[in-house]
Amino acid sequence: MSSRETAMDLAVRRPGRSPSAGRRSLVFALGCVGVLALGVVLTRTVENPYIFFAGYVVIQYVAVATGWNVLGGYAGYINFGPTAFYGVGVYTAAFLVKAMGAPLPVSIAAAGAAGALLGLAMGWMTLRVQGVYFAIATIALVVMAETVVHNIDYLGGASGLALMPPQAPAWAGGQPQFMLMVMLAIAVAFVAAARWIEISAMGRALRALKASEVAAECAGVPTFRLKLIACAISGAMLAIAGAPYVYYASFIEPGTAFSLALSLNAIAMPLIGGKRSWVGPVLGALLLATVQQAASVTISSELNILVVGVVLIAFVAVAPDGIVGIVEKLTGRRGA
Amino acid sequence: MSEPILAVTGVEQRFGPFRALGPVDLVLHRGERLGIIGPNGSGKTTLINCISGTLRPQQGRVVFDGVDVTDAPPHRRARMGLSRSFQIPKPFTGMTVLENLLVPIDQICPSGDAEDRAFAVLESVGLLRRADHEAAGLSQLELRKLELARALVVQPKVLVADEAMAGLSEGEIDDVLAILTHLSATGIAVIMIEHIMHAVMRFSTRIVCLETGRVIADAAPEAVAADPLVQKVYFGEQTRH
Ligand SMILES: Nc1ncnc2c1ncn2[C@@H]1O[C@H](COP(=O)(O)OP(=O)(O)OP(=O)(O)O)[C@@H](O)[C@H]1O
Ligand SMILES: [Mg+2]
Repeated sequence: MSSRETAMDLAVRRPGRSPSAGRRSLVFALGCVGVLALGVVLTRTVENPYIFFAGYVVIQYVAVATGWNVLGGYAGYINFGPTAFYGVGVYTAAFLVKAMGAPLPVSIAAAGAAGALLGLAMGWMTLRVQGVYFAIATIALVVMAETVVHNIDYLGGASGLALMPPQAPAWAGGQPQFMLMVMLAIAVAFVAAARWIEISAMGRALRALKASEVAAECAGVPTFRLKLIACAISGAMLAIAGAPYVYYASFIEPGTAFSLALSLNAIAMPLIGGKRSWVGPVLGALLLATVQQAASVTISSELNILVVGVVLIAFVAVAPDGIVGIVEKLTGRRGA
Repeated sequence: MSEPILAVTGVEQRFGPFRALGPVDLVLHRGERLGIIGPNGSGKTTLINCISGTLRPQQGRVVFDGVDVTDAPPHRRARMGLSRSFQIPKPFTGMTVLENLLVPIDQICPSGDAEDRAFAVLESVGLLRRADHEAAGLSQLELRKLELARALVVQPKVLVADEAMAGLSEGEIDDVLAILTHLSATGIAVIMIEHIMHAVMRFSTRIVCLETGRVIADAAPEAVAADPLVQKVYFGEQTRH
């Protein structure tokens, strides 16, 4: 080959990776600040409280979908029981509110710890088995967690629990406004964490083990430990996303804390948006949850689940890389 | 001679009632170039799997660099300096060719100039132009080169190449042999599993021949080639090349 380029030529020619990566991170950080600022402005100006209740649900789904995707998207282990973690977060917060009127940060921290522990336990027991057994085990987890709650009278059992969570601080301008801001902060933090995982060596190692666990091991990736870490992070995120619900709703019951709809959405949103990058879950959640919120006045929740299921199947069959994948194909590039 | 870099003693691997390998004894010295030959299904890849840790043999020990690694997971052996390529390529799909090489660098020998090192290795195997391409889009031939590049980019102590040259042209075989010879000159011990006789004969300082899971010859290339037993089980039936 006469026109063979040398490594040095390419190394010089290629765009300096570190500076441009740094620039992209800066843009991302500014975007995060912008989103939070927008939240502050909206909570100060919008009058209709319904917006805050609906907005809370949509943003909660951004957090849930992002948390699920750390394990399901990056590591490729499909957790069919995200509500087990979400529900544990809800009930951890409920317990703390009932027992000691715990403030929100305490509940969030405790829920995160509980979710991480549950994730570790689930990973420890099931990660050695791949594929369908892992999926079955995650489904069983929901049933187990819900059964436990059903049998704890202190947590209201099957009939639920009314609570008096601490009120929002005065500067927040009201409970719905405050809860929206809290959930927005959580979602932004999750997305930032997910992006960090993605661009770090950890993300690369996760993608490697997703492609081939054996080859990843032989390339020095401690696959089992890495999967456990992904389980713990994902579990913590899902549980944290559940904790504020107690402060948002003041009444909780197993049916909503462990709802099938939430599980289905948590899986569907990243799959529809695209599970390879943080953009996918965000996009999927915003689209799907907004449509659901807008339509919830007119269609039943059963129909809702059916529609989500059909859309999900369509994407899995036709566009496995989701909306992000479609856009990449159309524009002919693979973004980071 | 100093302590061997790798010592396999009495290793036996069964799949159910079927004994695919062993008992096998094998010693590899530092900087040595060892060829492993043998008919299809004779247990070459199984031996490599036992050495790299992707299989846990029922019997025997594997000692790497003075440490008994029989119970160590593959990633620990890789971090100790044991590198292998796969006969059936296992690329990290979903990322670029360059990133494929960054994975082992991240894990085994992270450094600020990781990308430059990866580029240099990609150039040496002729994959430089593909650096920014998605690994899943490579041809079968390119995937073999990627396997080799990913294994040697970390400057291991032992490199095991499982049929890295299958399907390559004569010119490319020469290229790969040059790379491996150069590596060996820097002190890296190389195990080459290969059906391409002239390549393995040219490269190796010693050759081991496996047959139904047992070592039937372990000697200098000329001696192995002249061994009547080897000729009978291997050259006699070798029609592939
Ligand atoms: N995971 C496995 N389960 C069951 N049998 C196996 C397994 N791996 C290998 N074998 C069997 O063990 C024997 C040795 O296989 P191995 O792959 O080690 O041969 P090889 O010498 O590498 O052959 P080739 O030259 O074709 O690559 C074969 O009979 C094979 O079918
Ligand atoms: Mg083989």
